[in-house]
Amino acid sequence: MIAIVDYQAGNLASVRKALDYLGYESAITADPGVIAAASKVVLPGVGHFEATTALSGSLQEAIVNAIDRQIPLLGICLGMQWMFESSQEAPKLRGLGLFAGECEKFPVQVKSPHVGWNQLQVRGASRLLRGIPDGAFVYFTHSYRVPVVEATVGNCVYGGTFSAAVERGNLFGVQFHPEKSGTAGLQLLRNFCEL
Amino acid sequence: MLTKRIIACLDVDAGRVVKGVQFSDLRDAGDPAELAMTHARAGADEIVLLDISATYERRSTLLNVVRRTARELFIPFTVGGGIRSLDDAAAVFDAGADKITVNSAALADPALITRIAQRYGSQAVIVAIDALRISNGKGISFGVKATGGRQSTGRKAVAWAREAEQRGAGEILLTSIDRDGTRGGFECELTRTVVNAVNIPVIASGGAGTAEHFVDVFHDGHADAALAASIFHLGVTPIGALKQELQDAGMAVRWPC
Repeated sequence: MIAIVDYQAGNLASVRKALDYLGYESAITADPGVIAAASKVVLPGVGHFEATTALSGSLQEAIVNAIDRQIPLLGICLGMQWMFESSQEAPKLRGLGLFAGECEKFPVQVKSPHVGWNQLQVRGASRLLRGIPDGAFVYFTHSYRVPVVEATVGNCVYGGTFSAAVERGNLFGVQFHPEKSGTAGLQLLRNFCEL
Repeated sequence: MLTKRIIACLDVDAGRVVKGVQFSDLRDAGDPAELAMTHARAGADEIVLLDISATYERRSTLLNVVRRTARELFIPFTVGGGIRSLDDAAAVFDAGADKITVNSAALADPALITRIAQRYGSQAVIVAIDALRISNGKGISFGVKATGGRQSTGRKAVAWAREAEQRGAGEILLTSIDRDGTRGGFECELTRTVVNAVNIPVIASGGAGTAEHFVDVFHDGHADAALAASIFHLGVTPIGALKQELQDAGMAVRWPC
């Protein structure tokens, strides 16, 4: 069973719907016990970094425990940003710090939020991006972004280059919405589910 | 590169897709769920479903249609029409919408934009503006209409778009009432004026006929996205052919996809 962590940040039903379509059992949950029993964990979310304050206490503990047990974790959009150290959007809050770096605002020369279909530049080997061609179009909607780091496996260019996908061991994050990215997005979710 | 979006719109009345000319003269164009899938496969970047009779007849949005349409749709899906409260919006999100549009209700109660944005994020809130060209001795301006183009509001499109952005809208869906259903081309002047006034994406609507019209509204209107309905449903301009033409004209589009 795949746990989709519910922390009141946006519409989780679309992730669930995509997993249903692919034939994988999942549950939208805020119950640490359900997360503890999950074979995989998805951390979705859209909106303000402030929303990640709901990921504290026993919920955060359950996620950290899952990571320690090598349970694959996929952070989507805000979920991915929370896997980094911090965000300029809410400077007083801390992320999980699984990846080094801070989420930053887009430069003023480009419209923000970055909304729409942009291209994924695949950078080398990735289990998450297997079968997804370099230059595939995926759907983004976000006002903050993560810089390119060692774990970056996919870039995107909008007001400069930023991380569209990161991967290290069983930790995965994507800034775009695979559940809204047509066939490329479904391929990514299938890759994650089959790990 | 961020691409220009082509959005297929389903105007729904009593559970069926219809399309009128200048907001009236409705004709049946098919089943919403089927058409949404057809358009997604053909290359539409997003689907918008507008329950066009909802506000006027005070009917709630057709949640079953939304649920059915969302089920196997894996591109962004927006629903509008008759959303008057946070509860109305919540029901539509629960049924599978990724974004909602508010129009008349936001004009009557602009704080509604903020309430929905605070709960679901700005990216999920599109403010739809129906604008009408006004020419008088002082020049040209664009007035905002409510209730499906039937009611004057005294507001101007630019000021209202700015206010909507400030209140938390993530996108503007800008329809030219003058051009709606005419297939005579988008209202580029209206689009450009609003695009220049806000820092959020603007979706141009009303008047789509040919690929050239799309090139014009992206080039001259500076639109981030363009929406059309009947030309896609009736196969006048297939989405694939349209995107190929846009690409040939040097526009960044998601094609092939």
